Amino acid sequence: MKLTFSAADEAFREEIAGWLRDNLTGEFAQLRFRGGPGDEHMFPSERKRWEQHLAAGGWTCVGWPEQYGGRGASIEQQVIFFEEYARAGGPGRVGHIGEGLAGPTLIAFGSEEQKQRYLPGIRAGTELWCQGYSEPGAGSDLANVRTRAQQGTDGKWRINGQKVWTSLAHESDWCFVIARTDPDSQAHRGLGFFLVSMHQPGVTVRPIEQLTGTSEFNEVFFDDAVAADIVGEPGDGWKIAMGLLGFERGVSTLGQQMQFQNELDEIVRIAKANGAAQVPAIRQRIAEAHTGLRLMRYNAMRMLSGNEQGQPDSSALVYKLHWASWHRHLGALAMDVLGPEADIIDAAPYELTRLQSLFLFTRSDTLYGGTNQIQRNIIAERGLGMPKEAKGR
Amino acid sequence: MEFRFTEEQQMIRDTARAFLEDVSTPAAVRQAMATEAGYDPALWQRICQDLCFQAIHVPEQYGGMGLGYVELCAVLEQMGRVLLCSPFFSTVCLGVSSLLVAGNDQQKQQYLPAIVDGSLTATLAWTGPQAARLGGQWDCNAVTATWQPGADGFELNGELRYVIDGHTADLLIIAARQPGSSGDQGISLFAVPASTAGIRRQWLPTMDQTRRQAALQLERVMVPASALLGEAGQGGPALGKLIDLAKVALAAEQMGAAQKTLDMSVAYMQERVQFGRPIASFQALKHKAADMQLKCEVARSAVYYAACVAQEAIDPEGDAQLAAELPEAAAMAKGYCSDTLFFNAGSAIQLHGGVGFTWEYDVHLYFKRAKASELYLGNGDAQRELIAGLLLD
Repeated sequence: MKLTFSAADEAFREEIAGWLRDNLTGEFAQLRFRGGPGDEHMFPSERKRWEQHLAAGGWTCVGWPEQYGGRGASIEQQVIFFEEYARAGGPGRVGHIGEGLAGPTLIAFGSEEQKQRYLPGIRAGTELWCQGYSEPGAGSDLANVRTRAQQGTDGKWRINGQKVWTSLAHESDWCFVIARTDPDSQAHRGLGFFLVSMHQPGVTVRPIEQLTGTSEFNEVFFDDAVAADIVGEPGDGWKIAMGLLGFERGVSTLGQQMQFQNELDEIVRIAKANGAAQVPAIRQRIAEAHTGLRLMRYNAMRMLSGNEQGQPDSSALVYKLHWASWHRHLGALAMDVLGPEADIIDAAPYELTRLQSLFLFTRSDTLYGGTNQIQRNIIAERGLGMPKEAKGR
Repeated sequence: MEFRFTEEQQMIRDTARAFLEDVSTPAAVRQAMATEAGYDPALWQRICQDLCFQAIHVPEQYGGMGLGYVELCAVLEQMGRVLLCSPFFSTVCLGVSSLLVAGNDQQKQQYLPAIVDGSLTATLAWTGPQAARLGGQWDCNAVTATWQPGADGFELNGELRYVIDGHTADLLIIAARQPGSSGDQGISLFAVPASTAGIRRQWLPTMDQTRRQAALQLERVMVPASALLGEAGQGGPALGKLIDLAKVALAAEQMGAAQKTLDMSVAYMQERVQFGRPIASFQALKHKAADMQLKCEVARSAVYYAACVAQEAIDPEGDAQLAAELPEAAAMAKGYCSDTLFFNAGSAIQLHGGVGFTWEYDVHLYFKRAKASELYLGNGDAQRELIAGLLLD
């Protein structure tokens, strides 16, 4: 076991840290620590400009192969990139769905032509992506997709149906959509993976007003929307979508943890200032939060190092349940440290402080990307080999 | 960064696991726990002669294997799995470490080869009865035995309690303080053969029968100047480090035991049929098992990280920055693994149903080990208060 980074990796760390120091300035200075989960609605156009600035500096898609415009960075260097980005207060990335999900999926499953068409726009930060998976009737039961794709006599696929909980849909140029290519099929069979332009009359985006009073998530309606491409063959949709879920548990988790650290630091600062740091029960909870975050980091390091056979380590299965539950606790701790001041918002009608947003938004952490209950099913079934849940007809 | 076992470490772990499952069967554990010594001397000799686990972190110049704390923890995890009854923890994790951290070359030459050849067992005794004050205190404040200059050396007096294997160990490493001193001031460590005149030893029968505790009475115990480890009155920091190292070792055992209680529970639930199906298919039980698995994975990351830190701390030429993390890493590992083992062992009784409450099934052995090892060296609350002190004060 080795916990330290090589000299070359440390040099890489200095390079990205220096670039961020020099570039998160001027018009971008106001974006520091903004636009993350729970704050996604802030500064959208400024963050789009930042995405392109980042790209011009060569700091988007660092983990992609060089032939597709990436840096071919090692796992260690990707970890370092995300850590330094979060440490510097780099704003929430509007391009992260393209870089982390759509791009890797195309690299793995797309045709050469599709790669040439779509990857450069993601790399340059000029084409933003959103993800069309969940539907009103397909939440935890993701395979229960009803959105249909029909191929016309002109060879084009047309999409009809509704997606929901689509983050960044209103800012996106493209959406990858799973839709049913075989109308008689059920569950995970008969699905296709489509690339759909958001700029067409058949696509309507409607924001969902969340309990935070803000809207990061949307409903997306497809009425005879034309798909520009299908990835793989009709019927491959589930396989491709599941491959993509693998990418979701990637190295960016280390950067996410750095954001968590920033939040915890703020809570510790307040606790010291208002004396909560002297209350034994609060001390216990702060120490528990600190421990949980450190151990989350070690767990991620183990996950990224892979197991002895070079496969993702068994720690990967528990990762989502761990961070989501931890973060939700942190939100409640923030309120309890603040005491009665926790209830006083910034301004009417409903402008929340950052910590109030944290408290409220973290209730979604244990829902999206697979609820805690679905995560426990996965751990029990795939990790422990216990029997699968019975399915209704 | 390679946060996984090397091939050599895997081999050590696999060898330990196969051997220990073979020799430390439930029947063997129950036989050993019915004796006053608490272990089978023949098995201890097999471990020392054939497997040489006791030599793992003894440097080669003293006849040892010259390996590190990671290898030691890899073996301890497996010992925890099978609740091995042996003087390993006392002799190696307390005794050997004491000599390595505090002894001079002559003292190491005097004792380490004898431990390596299996002819000497050892333990560390530092806590007086007031270790039980305030719900448990294990740091230098718990030291109440006294030393004072005597003829040709030192005179020791006082009472020591909660001494692991204290009634059978051949060599006692005793911490005592100068009369009138407090905290970590005035503390000295002495290596004292248990046969020295004036030492009275008494077995303290325990609820957890898989590990022995003892009390020592020191009445005008005269030891030569050569028995002193380090400088007189300067032993506080060394003792603090030994306690931290011991926490890491105990956490490794706890993690192995916690994994075993989950494995036992899953196996039982797969076999036990109620309402016409294996109870492993009930979601309420699957989710409990998933929570146990999450804790095991996080505990594993905590132990492996703390083991890497402990290695740097025990190696005189280790990385100073990592070594400085020892108090925090040890507290996090001990706190998290204590809570994990207690949760998992308690859950295991529940998941086993009525048979989990019987003497016949082995679950109670783990449950009792869970509580005893949780309280020894300080429980989760105590570790969190240590961490809170580092963070908040």
